[in-house]
Amino acid sequence: MRRNKFGAFLIATQMAVTLAFLANALTLVEQRIAWSDRPSGMEERDIFVMHTEMVEHFSDLAARQATDIEALRALPGVADAFTTNMYPLEGGGWIETVNLTPDQKSPTAFGAHYMGDEHALHTMGLKLIAGRNFSADEVANRTDSDEPQASGFIVTKTLAAKLFPNGDALGKPIFVENVKPVPIIGIVDRLQGPMTIATGLYSTFAENSVLTPDRLISEHNVYMVRALPGQRDAVMKSAEAKLLAIDDNRILNSISMEQVRADAYRGAHGLIVLLSAICTALLVVTAFGIIGLTSYWVAQRRQQIGIRRALGATRQAIVRYFQTENFMIAAAGAAAGIAFAIALNLWMVRSFEMVRMDNTRAIGGAIVILLLGQFAVLWPALRAASIPPALATRGG
Amino acid sequence: MAGFESSVNSARVGNAGRVGAAVPSSMFTYYFRLGLRSLRRNMVLTGLMIAAIAVGIGACMTALTVFRAMSGDPIPQKSAQLFAPQLDNWGPDQHNSGSPDRLEPQLSYTDVLGLMKAHAAKRQTGMYATRQALRPANPAQKPSKVFVRAAFTDFFPMFDAPFKYGGPWSASDDEARAAVVVITHDMNDKLFGGANSVGKSIRLDNEPYTVSGVLDDWRLLPRFYDLAIRPFGDGDAIFMPFTRAIDKHMGNVGSTDCKSDAEPGWDGRLRSDCVWLQFWVELSTEADARRYRAFLNNYAAEQQNLGRFHWPPHTQLRDVRQWLHYRHVVPSEVRILILVSFGFLLVCLMNAMGLMLAKIMGRAGDIGVRRALGASRRAIFAQCLIETGVVGLAGGLFGLLLTALGLWAARSLLTKEFVALAHLDWTDTGIAVLLAVGATVLAGLYPTWRAAHVQPAWQLKAQ
Repeated sequence: MRRNKFGAFLIATQMAVTLAFLANALTLVEQRIAWSDRPSGMEERDIFVMHTEMVEHFSDLAARQATDIEALRALPGVADAFTTNMYPLEGGGWIETVNLTPDQKSPTAFGAHYMGDEHALHTMGLKLIAGRNFSADEVANRTDSDEPQASGFIVTKTLAAKLFPNGDALGKPIFVENVKPVPIIGIVDRLQGPMTIATGLYSTFAENSVLTPDRLISEHNVYMVRALPGQRDAVMKSAEAKLLAIDDNRILNSISMEQVRADAYRGAHGLIVLLSAICTALLVVTAFGIIGLTSYWVAQRRQQIGIRRALGATRQAIVRYFQTENFMIAAAGAAAGIAFAIALNLWMVRSFEMVRMDNTRAIGGAIVILLLGQFAVLWPALRAASIPPALATRGG
Repeated sequence: MAGFESSVNSARVGNAGRVGAAVPSSMFTYYFRLGLRSLRRNMVLTGLMIAAIAVGIGACMTALTVFRAMSGDPIPQKSAQLFAPQLDNWGPDQHNSGSPDRLEPQLSYTDVLGLMKAHAAKRQTGMYATRQALRPANPAQKPSKVFVRAAFTDFFPMFDAPFKYGGPWSASDDEARAAVVVITHDMNDKLFGGANSVGKSIRLDNEPYTVSGVLDDWRLLPRFYDLAIRPFGDGDAIFMPFTRAIDKHMGNVGSTDCKSDAEPGWDGRLRSDCVWLQFWVELSTEADARRYRAFLNNYAAEQQNLGRFHWPPHTQLRDVRQWLHYRHVVPSEVRILILVSFGFLLVCLMNAMGLMLAKIMGRAGDIGVRRALGASRRAIFAQCLIETGVVGLAGGLFGLLLTALGLWAARSLLTKEFVALAHLDWTDTGIAVLLAVGATVLAGLYPTWRAAHVQPAWQLKAQ
């Protein structure tokens, strides 16, 4: 090996760099898969969202909205429907600070602010784990600049625990968007906020949501509709037809939650596929590099191998010789690679909003690299082992 | 892999023998032919090398092209003269952790009005995006909602917006809250079939608006003046006076951030401390920028004196490039991809370097013969260098193909935002080929150096 210092150094460095990038890419891929697999808390399969925008200005917006919603609820195949201000995975929406005292300098928590009536929990399929749902008489109409009038909030389990770590959130007053304390009347198991970005401030409170008993009255209404199981697509069509029959002077767009989810995580999935492809290519290229250089060494040592064979070395011994050599190089590369992987990760965490790597990933990567080396060296080593002893005596 | 045998056959000796006689001017072509010949001799090894460089270049260029498209200067001729002023109208401890510099990227209506009135810059415009119903003249066509940008007349000369027909509305239109619009080229095609529509009327939000100008093809990528609205996607289709939009209570579709609750209604929003407007100024010289900085501080100090701000002035003035950097226009995903791709290229090059070493040293005997026949070290060095250059060139060309493939994959895998205009242009092609050749030759330096130091006597003896 000493004669091939530079070649060995190249292979070891290659393995180290491959390992460092592999471990970090794996970390990122894992994180993004976990991120995009998080449940929203809703019965997404049966739910679709309808955006309806008015073309003209009307003064009876609330009545028009009520007509729409009643018609939707009466439609065959519809389990329930309500007017909301936003929906999970939408990508942007209403975010509020949630406080325990009025005029707080730094907020106790951030939370997504959903609006809905007494049908909201049923439509979304949320699981109420404590307290109660809104009652019909609690729900008020409001425009986006009206003062909120809520008398009770429903919050998610995560937000409740963040606000009241002792687990006694139910009935406690909190401050959301105004100076008036409003008690928590119900806690739901889970409801994701509308933000989908995997890094930064918004990713730190993805499960914090507050549901307020409001019907948002606007020229742009968002209706959430839950179909009976298996009927979503058919119901989506009939719901559109129904709304247009009520008033076709509107711009109507419907989208299933399934599609919303696909759109929301397109970027994340793209990154996963691209990173996986690059990692695979990295491994293949490294493997070919090992094959290439080892083949060269085999060619260079034909005579030496022939002599060893002539002196009684078995084929296995020759294969083992190259395997041992590769293992030593790979071990050095892996050791350097683990250090490099950790250093790279620390640097990326600082400058790229990268996630912290679990160090076992680096060790896992090291094992992959060692195995890859052994696998790649096998073919040239077998070729070396097939060099007939007679060759050595005949000379190059 | 028959190519690894380092025996010398007579044909090659004959080849090498011609070196001494070669005319210096044709040296390059000769080496080039020698290089090609040597590459052909070791097809597998050469193929591996070219493949390694090609995939490395392909991955790198894909990421780099996306990055260049996203981080390019959208308005190079003026990016150093356009500035986004910021000032703290909330107070030092009211900003959340998303704004560690205790400044918000947008301004309140009160401040935009104050800064517009002061007229301290050469040109200035407050603005926001709204969405309005557009009703086609043909009643059979369905109405649609379009992005409308509410701005002042300075907007157009400031951002170098090119006009195909007509021009911007006048400053007096701004004051009169006139019902005038500037429409984009695409919108003009859609509404008027591309004809000169200046003076014609469109129905927006159920009211007639007179077209004062039609923009020519205009691409600002990213649309730096308002990054909240799809900076890389389709954007504003219609422009109207800011004063008119405010007058008509046209709601904001960008982001609105409020420190405390606004009073109800439109007027409450206008009086509130909510930040929801973009504000840009044009300052021609550094001295102007310095003066404007001082003016901003004075403005904030004045607000403090008036009792509106209870904190010392905290302001900032960033030009376009600084602004894009500050707002993290290039998503961290793209930067991570760049980093990983360059790591990949590094591995590929080390790979090619190892293979090249193997290849060149495999020909040590050949080189020894040539040296013995009188070829100088420099000649050997030049020959090997050109050979690696040929490998690099081939790798670069294949890499370009892979880049095109990679971009196609990226476009179909990532969101539109990611790869808005990522396409290969001549600059990218040049970068790819130069990068490939340069990096390969660099990687080939050591093997080449080794080749040049082959001891002819020793090699010949070994034969």
